[in-house]
Amino acid sequence: MPHATNAGALRLEEVRLRLGAFQVQSLSLEVAGGEYFVLLGPTGAGKTVLLETIAGLHRPESGRIWLDEEEITRWPPERRGIGVVYQDDALFPQWTVAENVAFGLAMQARSPWQRAFPWLGGRARRAAARGEAVREMLRLLRIEHLAHRTPAHLSGGEQQRVALARALVVRPRVLLLDEPLSALDPQRREDLRQELRRLHQQLGTTVIHVTHDFEEAVALGQRIAVLRQGQIEQVGTPEAVFRHPATPFVAEFVGTRNIFPAWAEPREDGLAVLRLQGLTVVAPTPLRGPVHVAVRPEDIVLSRVALASSLRNTFAGQVIALEPRGALTYVTVAVPTPQAAALPFVAAVTARALDDLVLQPGEQVFLGFKASGVHVF
Amino acid sequence: MSNRLYVPFAVVGAALIWFVGWPLLRTVGASSPRLLWQTLAEPQVGDAILLTFAASAAATVVALVLGVPLAYVLARADFPGKALIEAVIDLPVVVPHSAAGIALLMVFGRSGAVGRAFAALGVRFVSALPGIVIAMLFVSLAFLVNAARDGFRSVDPRLEAVARTLGATPWEAFWQVALPLAWRNILSGVIMMWARGLSEFGAVVILAYHPMVAPVLIFERFESYGLAYARPVATLVILISLFVFFLLRWVSRDATRH
Repeated sequence: MPHATNAGALRLEEVRLRLGAFQVQSLSLEVAGGEYFVLLGPTGAGKTVLLETIAGLHRPESGRIWLDEEEITRWPPERRGIGVVYQDDALFPQWTVAENVAFGLAMQARSPWQRAFPWLGGRARRAAARGEAVREMLRLLRIEHLAHRTPAHLSGGEQQRVALARALVVRPRVLLLDEPLSALDPQRREDLRQELRRLHQQLGTTVIHVTHDFEEAVALGQRIAVLRQGQIEQVGTPEAVFRHPATPFVAEFVGTRNIFPAWAEPREDGLAVLRLQGLTVVAPTPLRGPVHVAVRPEDIVLSRVALASSLRNTFAGQVIALEPRGALTYVTVAVPTPQAAALPFVAAVTARALDDLVLQPGEQVFLGFKASGVHVF
Repeated sequence: MSNRLYVPFAVVGAALIWFVGWPLLRTVGASSPRLLWQTLAEPQVGDAILLTFAASAAATVVALVLGVPLAYVLARADFPGKALIEAVIDLPVVVPHSAAGIALLMVFGRSGAVGRAFAALGVRFVSALPGIVIAMLFVSLAFLVNAARDGFRSVDPRLEAVARTLGATPWEAFWQVALPLAWRNILSGVIMMWARGLSEFGAVVILAYHPMVAPVLIFERFESYGLAYARPVATLVILISLFVFFLLRWVSRDATRH
């Protein structure tokens, strides 16, 4: 994987666990040091239990967990150096932001005496809260001004930043994120998503990020594992997972989508020019640089003749597949690009429109979609 | 929301409030402050009240040390027989307290195995302070254990999980996270238990008529000398109980606000 540092490599070998009604039969997984790895799955797929098992909060029934060539299966969580950020509301409510962040540092610095009599730990924590390490971490997360507030007086986005700072300040070998963006509104979610990407690039910590949101997985993950009822259905790069779903479940969960990596350059008028392997797409977004572009199949119009100019994005291509699914038929059209491979776009067409078009595989067709129909992330 | 039923229902309810409030007020009002002061100055009365306070406080400390860990387990762990254990804790509340006293006497009395073992160590329960303490402990521990359990239950276990991942041992997570967050509930349980211990008569009188706690003293004065002698002591005890009660309300109101 991309990062040169190899520390924080995690390996699960045939891990079996049972917690109440929930079961994982036999799960093997390998995450490279410094990798941003996403566990993607619907609610109830056992993602949280799996994370908590990696953190050492549950003991697997059998199987092994390795961290950098050390077997940690039976290590208690406090020994592992694996940080956790939950979805929401997991800050220590009785302490200030600075003290929350200082907790882990105070734990690292404590004496055997304080370990035996933990009620003496308050002073060490408050001292650490005033220290440079905490201030630096708050600065990194851009929450310096919140240092003396208590969690009850923070917004959801601010709370998540504090939780990240608290986990990162002790330099964890692996950082586990359990749906860290799900409780946020769309704007905050986008902000924090970028923040996560930036932090990962800056710190190079191995991240395992759990989500049910495919876009989040694509935007952040270097690799994705799709999880279903405690089983891994597929592991691969985001492209591989949505381009070549290994199982019907993955295909269904990922949906038939047009998602492409692209390069964004904002223009004056609020729209941006996006380059997809040499194709140019116009869409409204303030983002710049490497992004992903998504177009819903329902938003793509097909035609036998060149399309009206009201559609900002029009291309010519060749029909390569027709897949009837209920009331709609999914038509895959390969659009040739100046660079190597053609881009496959999938359009959803109603039965009536299909009759009018009389499409056959191999035929030439025009496709188009509005700028507003393009989702950039 | 206004409702026509409120007025008739309130009138009916007022009878109940009167039934509780009036006898208490009447007792308090019937004795002059001077008489109360004189009564308090009587060595027998002062000793009895101090003994009651001390014995109940001792019972509460025992329940704190033994009951808070139990409450934590009950709040956090699931295990077979948990419902049974919770029932056992609540049991003393439904057993008639004189019967509870008899039951304790069978185990801790001179003929009981535990009583003999302690006697060998020089600790006597019958007609002694330890007997009063265990009687109070028996009938009131449910208040503390249940309050502490509810307190721990209200603490998100993920907080302790996060503390663990940041390097805390279970012992440290308990002291630094669970206990401070459950503390208000525990404190209100402490006060409730202490107040319940102060007022105990039935179980205490069976194990230890002497030394005399305040409720036993009231009973004895009433039996031996009549209402006029019993009343000042009763008044004092009611006033003290009211004070404790308001303290409890104040602390628990703070807890809900927190």
